[in-house]
Amino acid sequence: MGETPLLEVRNLSVDFHTVGGKVHAVRNVSWHLSRGETLAILGESGSGKSVSASAIMNLIDCPPGEIVSGEILFEGQDVLKMSSNARRDLNGRRIAMIFQDPLSHLNPVYTVGFQIAETMTAHGTPRVQARSRALELMARVGIPDHEAKFDAYPHQFSGGQRQRLMIAMALALKPDILIADEPTTALDVTVQAQVLALLEELQQETGMGLLLITHDLGVVAEVADRVVVMNSGEIVEAGTASDVYHDPGHPYTRKLIAAVPGTGEMAAPLETGIKPILEVNGLTKHFGSFIALDDASLTVLPGETVAIVGESGSGKSTLAKTLLRLEEATSGEALWHGRDLVTMGQRELFSLRRDIQMVFQDPTQSLNPRMSVYDIVSEAFAIHPKILPRSQWKARVRELLDQVGLDANHMNRYPHQFSGGQRQRIAIARSLALEPKLIICDEAVSALDVSIQSQVMTLLTGLQDKLGLSYLFIAHDLPLVRDFAHRVIVMQDGRIVEQGPVAQIFEAPRQTYTRNLIAASLHPDPEIQARRRSERLAMAGD
Amino acid sequence: MKSFLGKRAIASAISLIGLIVLVFFLSRLTGDPTALYLPVDASLESREQFRELHGLNDPLIVQFGTYVSDLVRFDFGDSIRRSEPALDAVLRAFAWTLQLALITMSLVIVTAVIVGSLAAFHVGGVFDRITTFFSLVGASAPDFWIAIVAIVLFSVNLGWVPTSGTGTLWHWILPVAVLFIRPFGLILQVVRGSMISVLGSAYVKTARAKGVRNRPIIFVHGLRNAMLPVITVIGDQAAALLNGAVVVETIFGFPGVGKLMIDSILQRDFSVVLAAIFVTAVAIFVMNILIDILYAVLDPRIRY
Repeated sequence: MGETPLLEVRNLSVDFHTVGGKVHAVRNVSWHLSRGETLAILGESGSGKSVSASAIMNLIDCPPGEIVSGEILFEGQDVLKMSSNARRDLNGRRIAMIFQDPLSHLNPVYTVGFQIAETMTAHGTPRVQARSRALELMARVGIPDHEAKFDAYPHQFSGGQRQRLMIAMALALKPDILIADEPTTALDVTVQAQVLALLEELQQETGMGLLLITHDLGVVAEVADRVVVMNSGEIVEAGTASDVYHDPGHPYTRKLIAAVPGTGEMAAPLETGIKPILEVNGLTKHFGSFIALDDASLTVLPGETVAIVGESGSGKSTLAKTLLRLEEATSGEALWHGRDLVTMGQRELFSLRRDIQMVFQDPTQSLNPRMSVYDIVSEAFAIHPKILPRSQWKARVRELLDQVGLDANHMNRYPHQFSGGQRQRIAIARSLALEPKLIICDEAVSALDVSIQSQVMTLLTGLQDKLGLSYLFIAHDLPLVRDFAHRVIVMQDGRIVEQGPVAQIFEAPRQTYTRNLIAASLHPDPEIQARRRSERLAMAGD
Repeated sequence: MKSFLGKRAIASAISLIGLIVLVFFLSRLTGDPTALYLPVDASLESREQFRELHGLNDPLIVQFGTYVSDLVRFDFGDSIRRSEPALDAVLRAFAWTLQLALITMSLVIVTAVIVGSLAAFHVGGVFDRITTFFSLVGASAPDFWIAIVAIVLFSVNLGWVPTSGTGTLWHWILPVAVLFIRPFGLILQVVRGSMISVLGSAYVKTARAKGVRNRPIIFVHGLRNAMLPVITVIGDQAAALLNGAVVVETIFGFPGVGKLMIDSILQRDFSVVLAAIFVTAVAIFVMNILIDILYAVLDPRIRY
């Protein structure tokens, strides 16, 4: 390596002082980034992948944080030795950052125009000039009708547009480095592809170095030149994106690559002639004049996994909520063993609630933090008192926790004492308590890390084999659906646009919408991803 | 927005009517005013005459009917004690209370917001600890005790300010200062708590990453968001002051509506009590509507 890199992190170690003692967030981390290059830091939650970026931007609160050792060299100068004013001056002007969730990272009470212009006014640009440059930037990142939208507030934009606005804000002063912390994680696949493409374009325009922090091997394959893999605060592997994928040296990297869904065998459809347990005909839900769900018809067979895929706002969750009567359907029927769930009286519905259970996306929010695991799981028996005498509750909870792979001796602990994956296991144990026939999983593994995700999916498949459960599996993650579902239903704007066996949907999709959806999902292999990208560009060029 | 204001006005009017009915009948339960107004040895005839004069002999329902028809014309009747229209007496007192409340709340809001925000910026720092200590002491000290101690110290011993009454600027200092302490402590704590959570929010992180200076981070990005929960408490405290700071007004001989109300209740001067309740209730309803409007002004996500 001849010239000094633009940014270099040397032997950085950061500790956090917590109630439970000292936590080594990162230990001896070193990496470098050159002009025009894209470096990805890959890791799961808690790996410390964001810590070095926060240290660069002076965003670590000290205390509880403490930079124990190391240097961060920007153009050869150690920023850790600079005054806080000098570091503030670098932020936004030379080094900029965008974040995962643009809605919470934009100030809700100020207009987006003000917030973009503020990057410039904070560094001394006159107000009038900042305003005209902000308008230019909004046009550049593809905000339609940008003059009128200058005075709109963040909540008035879609998720993808908000991330575009964040990008405009970050690039206002043409920084040398852009740090993107999980920039597309909260976005739909097609929007993710657009945002990544925009980042690449802007990088080529400005020649900035791009530091991308992500948990997603597909994102790495799509944009990164080099990748650094982190696990529990340490770098376990570094190299070009292609080398790391094809020839991983560290067992952790190998495990991570093996856990990526979308490469396994697809399930064969169940044999025909079985009577469905659930038959939905023409289910429709209006919210005022907005049609959230339009004439949806589908069936679920016993022991079958039916996946519902679609982008946000496509009506997937409305379908689930209407089936559970969490929302009242406007019209249509949903026959459960021939009885209509939509018109059923409260008493009958109550007894049927046993058969249909739900697992939600975020176990942190769906489990009551003040109830122990035993209380959470056994609550079902309290609600449906005829199922099990109280004397047997404990034994049954023990059995259920065993079934989902949790230590039954931990039943008196509370949700916060478990990891994210374990919490979702608790939620699954709770849903199994009443021996349901159908479990509706609404993005049940979306919030989990890939390796945990694959464990939970294995658990769900195992339970299906053992107990003959059916799943209605709502997801936006196509590779996951590919590995797991028997049949796939594709939704767009409240309507079902395509349904069929999983192999048919993935290998011979009929609708353009489905094709775009599949084309936009990212493959972890950089070579395959490069090929897909050129196909996609060709498709866009037509 | 207009339809929201219309609905709020109608809802307020309904509650007001309910209040008027309730207060009329409840105040009739406190006893016979003739016993208070006339000497103990007054003859039965003169008692009867007094009752007849003030309509106290009519059946309750007739008294209520007269009262309502007068009310529609904003005629609350005359004060028995003061022989002037009750409403005049009340409005005069209310003007004093309103001034006192406005001055006190303005001082409270400005100081509590600035001090609370700065305390939140360095949680656990020396400034934070000192302000937290004093605001908690202030919020928990009983105001009648503070008022008396203040009179003893500053008026009687040091002679810096008058003990009671109104007239000069000096007369205002003690009442305002005593009324200031409790809402200041309370609102400061709410501002501090709200600001701490706002300063930990994601958009403040964005602002730091943009290179925004500390002062605009606190007072531009932080404050407007932090004010939303604070406004609710401000409204609550302001309502208490508008009702008349009964104890403090009495101690300082301040001719506000709180003192007037207490005096009138003790004297069974019903028309004044009713008029006072009516006026303060209207003031509080108006203030609540203003607070709702303020919410929408501060937070563009709130639209009625």
